[in-house]
Amino acid sequence: MKNIKTIMKRELHSYFATPVAYVFIVVFLFMTGIFTFYLGSFYERNQADLDSFFQFHPWLYLFLIPAIAMRLWSEERKSGTIELLMTLPITITEAVIGKFLAAWCFTAIALALTFPIWITVNYLGDPDNTVIVASYIASLLMAGGFLAIGSCISALTKNQVIAFVISVVICFLFILSGFPLVLDIFEGWAPQMLIDAIASFSFLTHFESIRKGVIDIRDIIYFIVLISFWLYANIIVVDARKAS
Amino acid sequence: MTQEDKIPAIEVKALDKRFGAIHAVRNVSFSVNHGEVLGFLGPNGAGKSTTMKMIAGFLEPTSGTAMVNGYDVSEDPIAVKSSIGYLPEGAPSYGEMTVLNFLNFIAEIRGINGAERHQCIDKVVQQIQLETVLTQTIETLSKGYKRRVGLAQTILHDPDVLIMDEPTDGLDPNQKHEVRTMIKEMAQEKAIIISTHILEEVDAVCSRAIIIAAGQILFDGTPAELRAKSDKNDIDDAFRRITLELPVDQGQASQS
Repeated sequence: MKNIKTIMKRELHSYFATPVAYVFIVVFLFMTGIFTFYLGSFYERNQADLDSFFQFHPWLYLFLIPAIAMRLWSEERKSGTIELLMTLPITITEAVIGKFLAAWCFTAIALALTFPIWITVNYLGDPDNTVIVASYIASLLMAGGFLAIGSCISALTKNQVIAFVISVVICFLFILSGFPLVLDIFEGWAPQMLIDAIASFSFLTHFESIRKGVIDIRDIIYFIVLISFWLYANIIVVDARKAS
Repeated sequence: MTQEDKIPAIEVKALDKRFGAIHAVRNVSFSVNHGEVLGFLGPNGAGKSTTMKMIAGFLEPTSGTAMVNGYDVSEDPIAVKSSIGYLPEGAPSYGEMTVLNFLNFIAEIRGINGAERHQCIDKVVQQIQLETVLTQTIETLSKGYKRRVGLAQTILHDPDVLIMDEPTDGLDPNQKHEVRTMIKEMAQEKAIIISTHILEEVDAVCSRAIIIAAGQILFDGTPAELRAKSDKNDIDDAFRRITLELPVDQGQASQS
């Protein structure tokens, strides 16, 4: 536990020691603003909710989260510091979880900095704040899912660009797995059970369902299982490939 | 010390490592006691680094194992890693961190806390002369200073087993001298393995030398014994004889 905290602290610190953190936060806030007010027609809808703000999060995360996650392990491998890290008295599991939590914590900070829009909507109208809280939780959980995928992929390669591109593709499939684009590939030959299973993997389905304000334990479990699965894969990948 | 003296600080038992078709380390066995400085010599790609990485717990051996202070690296890697100070080849460290933050991180992860941490860091900073660069980020430092930061990381927790992969590589002659002096000073109570390409270093600091080539130990003895292998009583000449000529001799021996 203590080691996880130490790793997490170091990692989080290193985000802010480089321009990465500031660039990310500025871009994230800027993009959420554009999406909310232009594409989401925040004012024109004339409704006191943050729908137009949250509905674009999966698409923003699709590109921004792999950009945070890509450096987690590939940089460590490229610079050789993985040899240092893995010969300190810690387990691979501690390192993987510590790094993941740092990235997740960083995303949480970026997300928390969108608070002015919450204040705005409360100032302009009388929104259902429980729905907004649920939406923030949903968004954070979804970000965790994207990050776990990105972290695992970044352990596969020394090259951050490759890690980024592959992560984006996999995250894209996870967003869309409930849509015809993905399901059509399986339609016709795969058993219905498998198709239903694939459809239930969709980030969007679970994100939307929490976002409605109904926190269903199954949606929470979905994200927790998803994160655990990818982090477990991450541990295996680090163990197998740390020296190659 | 008496308890430690019964078991060797480092005991390498029939260590073997294959990377696919490449047989990098072949059945290597040796042991190092406290008070010894073992010089690991050999041509590039001989398996020096691979052997050190296996002892430090970074690579898993294909077969065989290494014991450090009685702990088996395959069974209890954390205990082994706790009692070792390991300097990887090239002394990697986190470039975006300041020297002080980096040392703090290492101390914290090695379980050194509170006032003790300050003492440890102060001591090592003084010993390795890092006072002037403490608040600089590591990536802005010169090669020599980066190497020193790596050394500081290695000895921070005062381990009684040190494994250093080319600790003097990239240092200027004065810095090389300092590092060698430092190693000699620490040698009394510690077990130290260093790998090097600089043969004079063996004479200067090592109490024992192992020459490894193509994954096999070709020589294990004192620097004086190594020197005696040469007609000219020269350590470079002895090294060449052993790494270049000996395999041919062996080939002839097996034919007859």
